[in-house]
Amino acid sequence: MTGGRPRLWELLERRGRALVSGIPLGWLSLFFLIPFLIVLKISFSEARLAMPPYAPLLVRTGAHTLAIHMHLENYRLLASDPLYLDSLLYSLRVAAGSTLCCLLLGYPMALAIARAHPARRHLLLMAIILPFWTSFLLRVYAWIGLLQDNGVINHLLLSLHLIHQPLVMVNTTFAVYVGIVYSYLPFMVLPLYANLEKHDATLLEAAADLGARPWRAFCRITLPLSGPGIMAGVLLVFIPAVGEFVIPSLLGPANQLMIGRVVSNEFFENRDWPTASALAIVLLLLLLAPIVLLQRYRRRELASA
Amino acid sequence: MNARRALLLPSALALGYAFLYLPIVSLIVFSFNASRLVTVWDAAHSPTLRWYVELLHNDQILSAARLSLGIATLNATAAVILGTAAGFALARFGRFRGRGLLSALTTAPLVMPEIITGLSLLLLFISMQQLLGWPARRGAATITLAHISFSVSYVAIVVQARLAGFDHSLEEAALDLGARPAQVFRRITLPLIAPALLSGWLLSFTLSWDDVVISQFVAGPGSSTLPMVIFSKVRLGVSPDVNALATLLITLVAAGVVGSTLWLQRREQRRGSEMRQAVTEE
Repeated sequence: MTGGRPRLWELLERRGRALVSGIPLGWLSLFFLIPFLIVLKISFSEARLAMPPYAPLLVRTGAHTLAIHMHLENYRLLASDPLYLDSLLYSLRVAAGSTLCCLLLGYPMALAIARAHPARRHLLLMAIILPFWTSFLLRVYAWIGLLQDNGVINHLLLSLHLIHQPLVMVNTTFAVYVGIVYSYLPFMVLPLYANLEKHDATLLEAAADLGARPWRAFCRITLPLSGPGIMAGVLLVFIPAVGEFVIPSLLGPANQLMIGRVVSNEFFENRDWPTASALAIVLLLLLLAPIVLLQRYRRRELASA
Repeated sequence: MNARRALLLPSALALGYAFLYLPIVSLIVFSFNASRLVTVWDAAHSPTLRWYVELLHNDQILSAARLSLGIATLNATAAVILGTAAGFALARFGRFRGRGLLSALTTAPLVMPEIITGLSLLLLFISMQQLLGWPARRGAATITLAHISFSVSYVAIVVQARLAGFDHSLEEAALDLGARPAQVFRRITLPLIAPALLSGWLLSFTLSWDDVVISQFVAGPGSSTLPMVIFSKVRLGVSPDVNALATLLITLVAAGVVGSTLWLQRREQRRGSEMRQAVTEE
């Protein structure tokens, strides 16, 4: 074992484990953990007209002393200005409503796939996943063409004489609902399907033998058993929907902004980095409980795999 | 009564698929429409390839597409390497220092609202610039780094799940027979997780290729990716060349996804039959 290469190789093998876990750990710390800490720091800083547009948190006051300037004004501003509270509540409302719509549409779909002939399930699932692979932005864009005043849907309704003047659908909260339900439907169907597919069919047969009607068997057996799948689907739709940016920008009303858009406006248009950071922190705190729930669910799924 | 119930689920499914595919179909149909008013069918002059021809002469879109292609390729390759390391460590190393942190850091980006990821990465790059003088200006490099940082998690999850589906015994047997860890990884683990690597690569590529929010935060002037160009175009309303572009992209992606799914399926079937053969020969 002489020469540079074999020795290097040996060293790598001895240190291998530490490298294999250490490199991704270092990467994710640098590009995920530290940036988040920076946001947290700036959210406690005072805004000022300079570059960077915020005051430092730590100020050297003597040779060996540092003072921390904890500035809570940004958070106080968020609580006192109704603009922020309104858009937070609006975001939560829209996310909750569209999650419910996703569930109502996605549950029968997942159930139908789970009860389809095994040979056809694969194809049906692929048809659910396929839109997810194609550009999200372009699929949301497609809805502008469908919903706008001289769009496809209005044309159809007008030519059928169901309406006499075009319905205003684009740039409304309704369009945001449509966009979110449409974009996140696969995220609802897939975990539901994964759960429903594992159900034991003999339970339903037993219920039928004992005289339960299908609807009753569904309510007493299938629905309770699919609880974890419902939870996963709901969280997977709700969490990203609250912070959604593209859908409300393209389809939503101009006078009612969702929180993602407000963060972006504060940062880029008002150049108020501390307020934008504080808003991001508040958004994250709101989503903390659902995120923790989802992580727990994921860990259980991985353990049972 | 029973017949009606038997129709209930399939019709819900049909409705769902119609909802999923109607916008895509209309996008494709109107890309062949001669009228600039995207949604009014001009029967006299349609179908036409006019918008496809215009697309080929649109330098802004072509150069944005080239930039996106480069970023997505680089991103997917780097994310597969880092993500495989992370997924392998989480699935196979048992307890080690930093395991909890690594596990949290690989799952957190999956659920983090994009707006927060974008904002925090931009603030990181600005801080780095102040402290280290790098990156001097934001552009393709910062977009790529940002994309890798969220793609790693997706690859790690896919690899970890794949490894969790196989027990340790094959790898342990090879180690017992005197193979080195690196050899075991190359000869046994890597072929086992190859499908996960392919889907991880494709997933990372797609995430990067589609990303608009995070790119918009970390991009500098003069470095617009394709989704950024599309986003700024469609904010002003529908435009037929975007339909043409969408049709091309959707066709390509659909072909790629269907092709790779079929390949993976056939590969798994072959593996299955080889395994059965090996068992019966014993």
